[in-house]
Amino acid sequence: MASTTTTADVAPPGAHGADDNYLTHEKGIASWLLTLDHKRIGIMYFCCVISAFALGGFFALMIRTELWAPGRTIVDADTYNQLFTLHGAVMVFLVIVPGIPAALGNFVLPLHLGAKDVAFPKLNLMSWYMWITGALFLISSLIVSAADTGWTFYTPYSTTTPTAVIPALAGVFVLGFSSIFTGLNFIVTIHKMRAPGLTWFRLPLFVWGLYSTAIMQVLATPVLGITLLMLIVERAFGIGIFDPALGGDPVLFQHFFWFYSHPAVYIMVVPAFGVISEIIPVFSRKRLFGYSFIALSSVAIAILSFLVWGHHMFVSGQSVLAGSIFSAITFLIAIPTAIKVLNWISTMYKGSIHLDTPMLYALMFLWVFTIGGLTGLFLSTMSTDVHLHDTYFVVAHFHYVMMGGAITAFFGGLHYWWPKMWGRMYNETTGRWGALAVFIGLNLTFFPQFIMGSRGMPRRYYNYIPEFQPFHQASTIGAFILGMGFLVTTVSLIRSLLKKPDAPQNPWGANTLEWTIPSPPAYYNFDKIPHVVEGPYEYADWEYDDKIGGYVRKGHQEAT
Amino acid sequence: MTDATAEAVHGHSGGHGHQDPIHAANPFLAHHFDTPRQQFEAGKFGIWLFLVTEILFFSGLFCAYTIYRTLDPDVFEWGHYFLDTKLGAVNTSVLILSSLTAAWAVRNAQLQQHRALIINIVITLLCASTFMVVKYTEYSHKFHAGLLPGKYFQPTEEAWEMPSYEKKNGPPPEGFLDGKPEGIEKAEKLITRGHPYKFDPPPHAARFFGIYFCMTGLHGIHVLVGMGIWIWMLVKGVKRQFGPNYFGPVDYAALYWHLVDLIWIYLFPLLYLID
Repeated sequence: MASTTTTADVAPPGAHGADDNYLTHEKGIASWLLTLDHKRIGIMYFCCVISAFALGGFFALMIRTELWAPGRTIVDADTYNQLFTLHGAVMVFLVIVPGIPAALGNFVLPLHLGAKDVAFPKLNLMSWYMWITGALFLISSLIVSAADTGWTFYTPYSTTTPTAVIPALAGVFVLGFSSIFTGLNFIVTIHKMRAPGLTWFRLPLFVWGLYSTAIMQVLATPVLGITLLMLIVERAFGIGIFDPALGGDPVLFQHFFWFYSHPAVYIMVVPAFGVISEIIPVFSRKRLFGYSFIALSSVAIAILSFLVWGHHMFVSGQSVLAGSIFSAITFLIAIPTAIKVLNWISTMYKGSIHLDTPMLYALMFLWVFTIGGLTGLFLSTMSTDVHLHDTYFVVAHFHYVMMGGAITAFFGGLHYWWPKMWGRMYNETTGRWGALAVFIGLNLTFFPQFIMGSRGMPRRYYNYIPEFQPFHQASTIGAFILGMGFLVTTVSLIRSLLKKPDAPQNPWGANTLEWTIPSPPAYYNFDKIPHVVEGPYEYADWEYDDKIGGYVRKGHQEAT
Repeated sequence: MTDATAEAVHGHSGGHGHQDPIHAANPFLAHHFDTPRQQFEAGKFGIWLFLVTEILFFSGLFCAYTIYRTLDPDVFEWGHYFLDTKLGAVNTSVLILSSLTAAWAVRNAQLQQHRALIINIVITLLCASTFMVVKYTEYSHKFHAGLLPGKYFQPTEEAWEMPSYEKKNGPPPEGFLDGKPEGIEKAEKLITRGHPYKFDPPPHAARFFGIYFCMTGLHGIHVLVGMGIWIWMLVKGVKRQFGPNYFGPVDYAALYWHLVDLIWIYLFPLLYLID
């Protein structure tokens, strides 16, 4: 979209050497910890999110190992409760919610917009510090006595359990505000910082995804904040809002909690839609099919997400009428979601598909996310949900969506933007092997859980009847394959930092603005502010150049 | 873009070196904005979004208030007698006054009226301090009387002698507070005759004070944060930093302050004026 006379062939100004980029511009730990540069903040988020992912993954493997056989395998029942609580809380609040928006989004958004930074760089850095604070609180509860309530903190158990619930709640409270400020920053950035000519319908769809996400972050997360605060007060003083022993209403907590947490699952997956919308057209070498439908379906999902929270409470004593309404609105969400999936498939139709690692993750996303989405319909139907509620079917469903949707898109986007982030190409072979292991592991872990769940295996149980053992063992083997896949991927990515080849400016032939500047970008992003004259998915102008291993604009010499 | 764009890229490194004319003329224009107007509009949009999150943040408490007042109207009627309407009214007035001076300060900043700006910010701060002093008085009365939230709720005799309660219901019958049988008998007679005396707290009475302390406490924290912001604005004002191209911070502070004021305007009738 940057086919402008100003950007394509401008060399960096003389004041900055050829090696001067955002990674080398300043040195020392303080230049990172006090940076206001969105790219560096994005990288810092990325490092933290990946570390949290490793921690959450470790908890997951502990859980799966414990479930290898009925009865005690490696840990006792109380520890098991703490493990699944921490697994859920870490993965949701520390990994998936901030993963794509705060890590990839921070890095990419201003580049996509042709801007020098986000609207509020100091607020952006503060959000990162809030993430760190929240993470420390959450993890410190581990040392005291980790919460064992499940990541949902349902009352009355959360007001009575002797474990350290308050530090965990405080951690999530602070993390919520980190998320709010990132969302607020992004909304203002998208409204006010777009380059000239970059109209709303020329925005890359990743920006639309981040925008819809940010709306949900800003409108839903404050409600979580006050809910957790009330729960902290309830636990500390016993004010009787949620605790039934004091005349409070535990279902009220569920309403408040899901008013945030249902939009939150879209906070987790809508940015993933954005990533997929970037990857698929680039690697199909074809203009995206149905741009405005994909863009507006994200907004539709954002709006509908606020009206469906009651489908978590079909069996919590909610009236049948309310249940039916929530159920009907939940079905509606299938429409914008299907619009997206069908448009992505239409984009690939008759395209010239390149199976690089990002595209493999995108294809994996289509497969697993579709399974996750369709099984959601079973759960939004009241009659089947009564049977499936709180079983492994639910566990499998949301892991297909969260793991198969958000995490695969995160890794796809990570490979896609890796050359831009670090100026290094990752190894395509190990990248592909990693993706394959993730795909096999993911399905092997979670597909047996659908079967177990539909046969009545309740979620969160420490023990089970022997009939379920083969399914649990398949699931455990899958989890280890999944872990191996991520290990291979991580090692492959880290190795790429240590050795050549250097990445070209535009290895994929994409047409969004970040690929018109060197890899890694200069400290100040753009030499000249780009003037945008076309949409983001026009590839006719780019041709592959063997010498540099990347794409160049026809009729131009690569600047670097 | 303007001819400034080619040079407008150096700001990350501190922005005081070689600059484009717009940034050179506006020391408070951040490097990543092109014009003061763009910076102001981004800030304004940001603060409005923040206010939306604030409203949603308080909404949980208002929701809890609504639910429990509907379920237990007695508790709220009983509880509110212990709140002093006069003190609440004083606090409402000082906050409204401070909102006026806050708005006035924005105008002063735009017009570079440094003296008036400082005066208005100081009045705003004085009003906020008055509010907090009154709040402190109210809280300490309740602490002494044992009118505390949740499990710490243990009304002492002082509670029945609180002026606000006595004024509404008259003094309790003689001997009642000492637990003498004739006093209790008198009180019971009064109640059966429909007198509004309610000496025994209704069930879940503690919840009123739970909600009261949560709502006013959270609001009080916002007032304290607002005072911090106004002190910051005062420092900037004394340094004469504001003018027609840079008044955003005062504007944002005032918007935040109006919201804090507005929340109190809802809290006052909901908690103090239940009758």
